[in-house]
Amino acid sequence: MQYNCKDLPKSPRIDRLKEHLFGGMPEIEAERAVLLTESYRATEGEPMIMRRAKAFEHILANISVTIRPEELIVGSTAVKPRGCQVFPEYSCEWLEEEFDTVATRSADPFYISDETKKTLQEVYKYWKGRTNSDLATSFMTPETLLAMEHNIFTPGNYFYNGVGHVSADYGKVLRMGFDGIAQEAKDALDRCSICDADYAARSSFLQAVIIACNAASRYARRYAALAREQAAGCTDPQRKAELEQIAANCERVPAKGASNFYEACQTFWFVQMLIQTESSGHSISPGRFDQYMYPYYKADMDAGRITPERAQELLDCVWVKLNDLNKVRDAVSAAGFAGYSMFQNMIAGGQTPNGQDATNELSYMCINASKNTMLPQPSLSVRVWNGSPHDFLIHAAELTRTGIGLPAYYNDEIIVPALLSRGLALEDARDYCIIGCVEPQKGGKTDGWHDAAFFNMCRPLELVFSSGKDKGVQVGPITEDVTNMTSFDQFFDAYRKQMEYMIELMVNADNAIDAAHAQRCPLPFLSGMVADCIGRGKSAQEGGAIYNFTGPQGFGIANVADALYAIRTLVFEQKKVSMAEMRDALIHNYGKPFCDVYAQQLTVDVVKEVVAKGMTLSDGQIGDIFAQIRANELPAEQKNRYGEILDMIDSLPHFGNDLDDVDKLAREAAYSYTRPVEKYKNPRGGVYHAGLYPVSANVPLGAQTGATADGRLAGTPVADGVSPTAGRDVNGPTASCNSVAKLDHGIASNGTLFNMKFHPSALKGRAGLESFVALIRAFFDQKGMHMQFNVVSRETLLDAQAHPENYKNLVVRVAGYSAMFTTLSRSLQDDIINRTEQGGF
Amino acid sequence: MEADWNVKGRIFDIQKFSVHDGPGIRTIVFLKGCFLRCRWCCNPESQEHAIQTMTVGGKTKTIGRDVTVAEVMETVLKDLPYYRRSGGGVTLSGGEFLFQPEFSHALLAACREVGLNTAVESTGGAPFEVIEPMLPLIDHYLMDIKHINSEKHRAFTGRPNDLILENAPKIAQRVPHMVVRVPVIPTFNDTEEEIADIARFAATLRTVHEIHLLPYHRLGLDKYEGLGRTYTLPDIVPPTEEHMERLRQVAERSGLMCQIGG
Repeated sequence: MQYNCKDLPKSPRIDRLKEHLFGGMPEIEAERAVLLTESYRATEGEPMIMRRAKAFEHILANISVTIRPEELIVGSTAVKPRGCQVFPEYSCEWLEEEFDTVATRSADPFYISDETKKTLQEVYKYWKGRTNSDLATSFMTPETLLAMEHNIFTPGNYFYNGVGHVSADYGKVLRMGFDGIAQEAKDALDRCSICDADYAARSSFLQAVIIACNAASRYARRYAALAREQAAGCTDPQRKAELEQIAANCERVPAKGASNFYEACQTFWFVQMLIQTESSGHSISPGRFDQYMYPYYKADMDAGRITPERAQELLDCVWVKLNDLNKVRDAVSAAGFAGYSMFQNMIAGGQTPNGQDATNELSYMCINASKNTMLPQPSLSVRVWNGSPHDFLIHAAELTRTGIGLPAYYNDEIIVPALLSRGLALEDARDYCIIGCVEPQKGGKTDGWHDAAFFNMCRPLELVFSSGKDKGVQVGPITEDVTNMTSFDQFFDAYRKQMEYMIELMVNADNAIDAAHAQRCPLPFLSGMVADCIGRGKSAQEGGAIYNFTGPQGFGIANVADALYAIRTLVFEQKKVSMAEMRDALIHNYGKPFCDVYAQQLTVDVVKEVVAKGMTLSDGQIGDIFAQIRANELPAEQKNRYGEILDMIDSLPHFGNDLDDVDKLAREAAYSYTRPVEKYKNPRGGVYHAGLYPVSANVPLGAQTGATADGRLAGTPVADGVSPTAGRDVNGPTASCNSVAKLDHGIASNGTLFNMKFHPSALKGRAGLESFVALIRAFFDQKGMHMQFNVVSRETLLDAQAHPENYKNLVVRVAGYSAMFTTLSRSLQDDIINRTEQGGF
Repeated sequence: MEADWNVKGRIFDIQKFSVHDGPGIRTIVFLKGCFLRCRWCCNPESQEHAIQTMTVGGKTKTIGRDVTVAEVMETVLKDLPYYRRSGGGVTLSGGEFLFQPEFSHALLAACREVGLNTAVESTGGAPFEVIEPMLPLIDHYLMDIKHINSEKHRAFTGRPNDLILENAPKIAQRVPHMVVRVPVIPTFNDTEEEIADIARFAATLRTVHEIHLLPYHRLGLDKYEGLGRTYTLPDIVPPTEEHMERLRQVAERSGLMCQIGG
């Protein structure tokens, strides 16, 4: 089939919408917190699900409604562009503590006015001891809290915020509207018998769903009223007509089912923003937008009611709106999710539930929309299967070539069987979408709890060297003293033991938080759009969804694999380094100076120890301690030996070069995380399954990790996802892909993440796109799961010149051929950099 | 006849993910040793058959190693999925694959055995009886024709071109697909007339439909120093884009398709 929707022009409106949206620093607003608290105060003692519904209703009846200039799709959670509301029911202490730094921090700053601060301080008084995070903490064992304090893993995401990570049944709202869903809940209520065992819980839940649905419809009508009012005062006839149309749309949807594509877009948007108003959980993922929106597009096209150009403009408007949603996170999380990202993953292409190709005109137009808007949201993804149209992948590759980092590519041929292995029905597995970063699920039927915790696989490796002690405290199990070990198997077993124990504690943490969400923050509005909550008579947070998972993600495989390989080779096989030497080399950071961020942590520990002894230290003394720690001066002999050890490690084979010996170890290292995880169950009646990806946490969590035996220095980033360590894969992109494909992606059914970097020149021309698509196809033939690409810029090339060790695998097109950038002479590198500047590609 | 995977040969590099030397994603095997001594050669370490040392980035590197066909195939086969998806395969480059006919023959036969698409980058400058037995094993013959004038050819490459021009039509008769490639070197062959001569000749070759003009570049200059050799070309600059475009138009007058770059 041929699609004529690849080159639709961008409406001039889009750039103006963008300009308005990104005009200033995003701001924290207090309205939601105030209204929520008012409602909570008024509903003390009622069932929690009703309190949640009433609070939602109260918020939506009173929160400001705003139509931004020139918008066609309306609905904003905050008055200010990209502003955000706060959610004290989940946690609030951190924000109060960060009031004075949140506007000036480096990662994702937010403006907050003095008035807002004062208002929130007042509101927060109510929440002391009542938040979700307070309850979750009370459910955790002391060992778990200790392990978290020592940064082995962090479930911070859901500990302090809503869960999110869901794809609601958008199609259902499009079809029946919230009136229809309310009716469904009413019918279910009518079928209840008052003597049913669960009548109390079930009937409260169903009533809560009805309240929430009606609240949403009424909220939209407030926009209708506002649009009418603005239209009345509008002198520009074109805008006046647009406002009248907006009013008509919002009067009808989302209360009723959508009757055309424009209404469908508006409905979609209300669903999206209202899920984000009910709870602070991010990664609210639109999922298979091209599938559930298509009937409305097709009907309009068939009836001659719309042109592709108009439809594209509406899509582009939706894309811009997806960047209007925002969320303030605590400083640590903000660094882990850097870039104000909301992770609203939207996926195009793939298969229908019946296993046929699902690509349609909207699949292409979604790619156009990202190209037209060039914004980070939505996180656009593309499904690839054996029957994907080649032309569609080429169209996607053209977007990749722009350097925006979108789309990410997903492999049906491994994801579908992986989901089947977790109990999904075949039709549901084929209908998967992606949540957040890389997590597959069947939208509208799943409470996936993806992203349940960050698990740093390097930290248990550190614990092996100290028999489970961290900073003098017994955090992990007591394993054999490394210097007594006589075989590599013994070492690997000790690592597995540390891993298994920490995974147990992580499960304890996640289940504690899970139970807290069920008790304190059930979500009636969302639950109306997740099957089969209405049928089961309970919220998704209480196990109402058909599929329930918990998916915590591990990262650092490449470091662990290379470290295990170094220990096996240098200590046990070649006996060039003793275990004691290896341990000491790690403690002393291979004799290299500590980076600032790590030296700071060590300084804090020393200072605490001194203070605990009753002594006081001046700022000058603390500065001296810091300088001394950072410099890491050692006797020359020791320093030289550590340097030798580091050189030996550097010259060993590394993961990412298609070398079976070390790649097999990587596969085993990944199993040390993925296999124990899948043994556990969550409180919603579902199972755990592992992901292997880091979001951007490999940087901040790497900062808390000491030197590792792969030659990684203390405090530097840990390898991201399943990718080789930056700069260690030196045999080109195919070798890198082959190594990554040797991991078992199928068992990591909560997603894996593989980053690759290309220079735009590598994708030049049709031939460049063809090779690029073939590379993806061939990686996927080997059961790789996911790929995403940085098509790098001039700045990166300059950095590559300054730090060639980090860019050994960067492919650039030189003249009639491509080559590794760092292998080129300086002058030729300059040449290429200058060419880029002229925009010659 | 079964391929002998134990035959040894001398290579100096295997480069994966090459997308400009034959169709699709390819692995290039660089063989050591060449008949010619092109003064612009960007791989001067390929010319001598002997194993050499070269200074690269301050470090001494050994150039050249002896390997069996089986060892090469082990590396080549790692990228099988990429060849399949892109219509790619293996390219023998160099150096000159004809310089090591026994090894090249065995390697090409091994590629055939496992179903790989094959290409060679070659000047075709060996006696035809050396070339002929290998031709059934080659899918794409990327034939370098650098100049029509034999004397000028000798001055810049060390050898006359008679054998090359004599072999070209015979090779073209016996392979499914041949491409003529011309390195465009200022002061040597970058006039419209010289390119036109080559293109006219190329157009007479039976399986040739395209000609590629490869603009001179200075990559490899550092290598001469690393080998302790002098770069004997005068200080010439790469041809401009406009000039290349003019030459492209000239070449196309022969009736062939012409592209700039590989």
